[in-house]
Amino acid sequence: MIDMQVSIGGLRLKNPVMPASGTFAEGLGDVFDLDRLGALVLKTITRAPRTGNPLPRVAEATSGMLNAIGIPSAGARDFLHDHLPHYRRWKAPLVVSISAPTAMAFAELAAMVDVPGIAAIEANISCPNLEADGRAFAMHAAGTERAVRAVRRATRLPLWVKLSPNVGDIAEIARAARDGGADALVVANTVLAMAIDTRTFRPRLGNVMGGLSGPAIKPIVLRQVYQCARAVDLPIIGCGGIATAEDAAEYMLAGATAVQVGTATFVNSRAMIEILEGLERYGAAHDLARIADLTTSGLFPSTVHKDA
Amino acid sequence: MTVPSGRHPRPVDEIATIVSHDLVNREYRHMTVRGSAALAAGMPGQFYQIACSPARADIPYLRRPFSLYAARPDDAEIEFLYKVTGEGTRSLALMAPGDPMRILGPLGHGYRLAPHWKHVAVVGRGVGLATLHPLVAAAHARGIGVTLIVSARDAALVPPLPTGPDGIEIHVVTDAAGTSDPARVEALLRDLVRQGRCDAFLTCGSARLLRVQQTLAAEYGLDGQVAMEQQMACGLGMCFCCVRDFRGAGGIVHKRVCWDGPVFDLMDAVA
Ligand SMILES: Cc1cc2nc3c(=O)[nH]c(=O)nc-3n(C[C@H](O)[C@H](O)[C@H](O)COP(=O)(O)OP(=O)(O)OC[C@H]3O[C@@H](n4cnc5c(N)ncnc54)[C@H](O)[C@@H]3O)c2cc1C
Ligand SMILES: Cc1cc2nc3c(=O)[nH]c(=O)nc-3n(C[C@H](O)[C@H](O)[C@H](O)COP(=O)(O)O)c2cc1C
Ligand code: FES
Repeated sequence: MIDMQVSIGGLRLKNPVMPASGTFAEGLGDVFDLDRLGALVLKTITRAPRTGNPLPRVAEATSGMLNAIGIPSAGARDFLHDHLPHYRRWKAPLVVSISAPTAMAFAELAAMVDVPGIAAIEANISCPNLEADGRAFAMHAAGTERAVRAVRRATRLPLWVKLSPNVGDIAEIARAARDGGADALVVANTVLAMAIDTRTFRPRLGNVMGGLSGPAIKPIVLRQVYQCARAVDLPIIGCGGIATAEDAAEYMLAGATAVQVGTATFVNSRAMIEILEGLERYGAAHDLARIADLTTSGLFPSTVHKDA
Repeated sequence: MTVPSGRHPRPVDEIATIVSHDLVNREYRHMTVRGSAALAAGMPGQFYQIACSPARADIPYLRRPFSLYAARPDDAEIEFLYKVTGEGTRSLALMAPGDPMRILGPLGHGYRLAPHWKHVAVVGRGVGLATLHPLVAAAHARGIGVTLIVSARDAALVPPLPTGPDGIEIHVVTDAAGTSDPARVEALLRDLVRQGRCDAFLTCGSARLLRVQQTLAAEYGLDGQVAMEQQMACGLGMCFCCVRDFRGAGGIVHKRVCWDGPVFDLMDAVA
C-alpha cells in the first residue's frame, strides 16, 4: 500500500487532500466521513461580525464560477464559542483561516484563535490592507511580509499563508511570506474577474468584481505553484481548479506537497474522496512508495528537491 | 465513523439514471430519476441539486436546485416537475431517458405537519406546485384535510394536480380568467378560515400570495410555512451565496435558504 502521508512544515497529515477555505462546512459531513481528509480548512473569519456582499453573490463561468461572497463572519467570539465546537467532532486537523484589515489586527486575531484543537492558522492575505490604500496585502511584498511577521509573533501554531494569484511576480510575494516567517504557502486564492449581463446591462455580481475559481483557473495557478516551488524552500499547498486525481497529481509534480479542493465540491460533493482514492490508484500504478515522491523525487525534472 | 449533522434523511451524491422525461404542457417538464433508496428518501419540501448536462460535461458548470415532486423509495425513484427558464433548464430538457445524471439530495428542511392540524390551505403559484405536490399527499395520508389553491397564468399552464385522494378540494385560479389576483385569493382563504377549515397555510411560488397569507395568519393567529427560492451553488450550506433576509429575534437576519430552509416559518419570510 502506498504511503499517503505528507508533512507541511512539521504538521503530519495522513494524506494531501483537504478543502479550500470558504468551500466547506459541516453539511459535507452528511455526505462522507470528513475524517478521511488530510485536514479541514475552515471558512475565513474576521474579528468583528460582517454581513458579506450584496446579491447576487455567484455567477456561472465557462468551467468555473465567479464569487463575491465577501466573508460573512459571525466574528471571532461566536466562532470560538458556537462554531468551533461543531468541528471538534472530527479528528482531522483543523486549520483556521483568518483575515484582518491591518497587520496588527491580523496578529490580534491570530492570538485569539490560538486555542487547543487548532492545528494551524491559514492567513488569508487577499483582503484589503487599510494601511496600503485598500490594496490587498498579498498584492505587494512589503504588505505580505509585515502581515506574516505580525501573525508569526502572535502565535506558535504552524502558519500557512495563502497568496493571491492577482500579482505580476508571485515568486517575490512567496519570498516575502517566507521572510515573514511562513511555515507553508497556499497557492492560491481566486482570480480577480467580472461578468456583465448583456440583456440587462447589469453586472452579474452584486459586488461587480469577484473571484474566478474552478477548472478554468487551473493552468494559471499550476504555473504559479511551479514558480513558488522554485523560489522558496517551503511546502506549498496547491489550490485552483482541482477536480480530479490527475489534477492533484499535476499540482504535486509542479511542486505542491498537498492540495486544496474548492469549487469542485459544489458540483460533486464527493470530489475530495474521489481525488483521494484516485491519487492512491495513481501512485500505485506508477510504483510510488510514498505519494510525497510526486513532489520530492524529481519525477518532474525542474522542481527543486525538498524534504516533504 | 461518519459524524452526521443529525439531519434525516441524509443526502447522497451519486450518478442516477433518467427513467422518463416528458413535456406536460407548453412550459413544464416531468422527469423520473432512478438512483439509490437513500436518494429516494426525500420528504415534501426538500430539494435536490441536479447537474443539468450528461454526466461528465460541465456546461452549465453549476448544478440547479429542484424540489422533490414525488418519491417512491421502494422503487428508488424520484420525480421532478420543472419549467424551462434559462441555460441550465434548457440543457436539462435535452437529457433523455437512459442518460446518467449527477444528483445530490435530499437536501434542506421540508414542511413539518403539526399533529394538531385538522385542515390546511395549500397555496401555490406556477411551478411552485411542484414543491407542494408531495405535501398534499403527505397531509392526506395523515388524515389532514387539504384545500389546494392553484394559481397560474392560464388553464393550459396548470401543472398536473394531485389526483386520487378524495377529500382534497381544489380551486384553480388564473390570470386569464381574472380570478388570481391577491384580493380574490384572500377572500377565498378568509372563507376557509371562517369555516374553521384552515389551521395552517402551506405555500410556495408567489411573493404576493405569501403576503396575503402572512396578513391572514397574523390576524387569526394561524400557523404557516413557506418554501423559498434563491440562487444556489453548493446546496449544502457551504458557500453562503443563497442567503436571504428573514425576521429573527433581534431584527432582520441572513439565513441560508439551502441549509436553514428552503421551508421557513411563514411569518419569518420577508416577501
Ligand atoms: C429549493 C428550490 C427548489 C426549486 N424547485 C423547482 C422545481 O421543482 N421546479 C422548477 O421548475 N424550478 C424550481 N426551482 C427553480 C430552479 O432552480 C430555477 O428555475 C433554475 O435554477 C433556473 O436555472 P436556469 O439556468 O435554467 O436559469 P437562468 O436564469 O439562466 O439561471 C441563472 C442562475 O440563476 C439561478 N436561478 C434562476 N432562477 C432561479 C430560481 N427561481 N431559484 C433559484 N435559482 C434560480 C440558476 O440556478 C443559475 O445559477 C427551485 C429553486 C429552489 C431554490
Ligand atoms: C464560494 C467561495 C467562497 C470562498 N471563500 C473563501 C474564504 O473565505 N477564504 C479564502 O481564503 N478563500 C476563499 N475562497 C477561495 C477558495 O478557497 C480557493 O482558493 C479558490 O476557490 C480556488 O480553488 P478552486 O478552484 O478549487 O475553487 C472561496 C471560493 C469560493 C468559490
Ligand atoms: S447554496 Fe451554498 S450555502 Fe446555500
